[in-house]
Amino acid sequence: MHISEGVLSPPVLITGWGLTLIGLTIALKKLSHRKISEVAVLSSAFFIASLIHVPIGPSAAHLVLNGMVGILLGWNSFVAIFLGLLLQALFFQFGGFTTLGINTFNMAFPGVISYYLLKRFIRGENQKLSFISGFLAGFLSMLGAGFFTALSLYLTEKKFLILCETLIIAHIPIAVVEGLVTGFIVVYLLKIKPEVFKDEV
Amino acid sequence: MHLEVFAEGRSLLHILDPRVKIVSFTVFVIFCVGAKGFLPPFVYFLIGFGLVFLAKLEFKKVLARLLPANVFLVFFWVLLPFMYKSNPYLIETPYLKISAEGVYQALLITLKCNAILMATIALLGTSNVFMLAHAMLHFKVPAKLVTVFFVFYRYITVLHEEYLKIKRAALARGFVPKNSLQTYKTYGYLVAFLLIKSFERSEEVYRAMLARGFKGFFPVLNHFYLKPLDLFFGFFFLTVIFLIFFF
Repeated sequence: MHISEGVLSPPVLITGWGLTLIGLTIALKKLSHRKISEVAVLSSAFFIASLIHVPIGPSAAHLVLNGMVGILLGWNSFVAIFLGLLLQALFFQFGGFTTLGINTFNMAFPGVISYYLLKRFIRGENQKLSFISGFLAGFLSMLGAGFFTALSLYLTEKKFLILCETLIIAHIPIAVVEGLVTGFIVVYLLKIKPEVFKDEV
Repeated sequence: MHLEVFAEGRSLLHILDPRVKIVSFTVFVIFCVGAKGFLPPFVYFLIGFGLVFLAKLEFKKVLARLLPANVFLVFFWVLLPFMYKSNPYLIETPYLKISAEGVYQALLITLKCNAILMATIALLGTSNVFMLAHAMLHFKVPAKLVTVFFVFYRYITVLHEEYLKIKRAALARGFVPKNSLQTYKTYGYLVAFLLIKSFERSEEVYRAMLARGFKGFFPVLNHFYLKPLDLFFGFFFLTVIFLIFFF
């Protein structure tokens, strides 16, 4: 969920930009020239993936895949998600520029955490474990994003509490679907092109 | 995929230097978010409207762009009037209390949000992406990030075509999206295939960049020149924004 312009308070917005700038700085420091094209083209792929609407119950939601982004790109999740949100703010008016910092952090940070916690379990020899790790990466990253979004709203205005609770609950079914899709992506990639998991980003 | 819907056109805002537009936009956004009371946000909203008018954009298209954000704001209109527990109430019955302050807060959020969105469309949307990225280099955004952005933006269209092909193949084989594990599996494999394609594509891109002597950044060919009109617009716009904020 991207928060629109005009909703959050300036301290939250500034903190969000600060955290995202730190994330971007770490990512760009680590990014070698060799990897520029890879990070860029994968970011485009994830941008396209975010246009896919998947049915969830009576409704539909678009894929976010921040867990998958995290596992494949590590710290570069900040770059991929920042650029994706930048384009969305610019061309679709989803989210916005003031909220670009906080929205990037909310989605990218859980992805980076999954990279450190779960990527190690994704190995060719154990398909079940890989699927479960993929599922957890997708599920927890989405739930984490929902949690951080709710937290940003709560820190803006304590009276938003009901809204925040609703938001986290609404994220649970989406997180399950994200987890399943991420799990299947991991399994497929392991079968067809396992080397994508080997490289250090 | 055609993303830059508003970038082509003939108006004052289309010919301004992107750097001036970025500075004007940034200042506008900061002041708009920080604006207190009712009048400043309302005037900023009018300015946003004025900018869209000045850019001679098709109003229907602009409205269509404002729609998703306003759908998000509906939540605030539904929830805020009940969440503020303070007098005076607009409507007061034992079962239903609608707080005037809640309605006021929802209105403020809506005004600010739409003001910024209209400014985004009118000021940034009227330059094409490569001009904006070039302007970012002038503002000391790291060249690596701008380079990633160039390639990222370039390959969105390519991968979108790739995606449409895979999707067509799935539909041709009778794929109907449902609430089922099979559906999520199909989407997972579909995205995974897209990722594999992009990995392979990125290898090609890297080799093509090396073949052209890539040293870590893209050289820029067209340069910006500030015209008197740019300076005048920037000065006038910033003055108006400051004055509204403080009065």
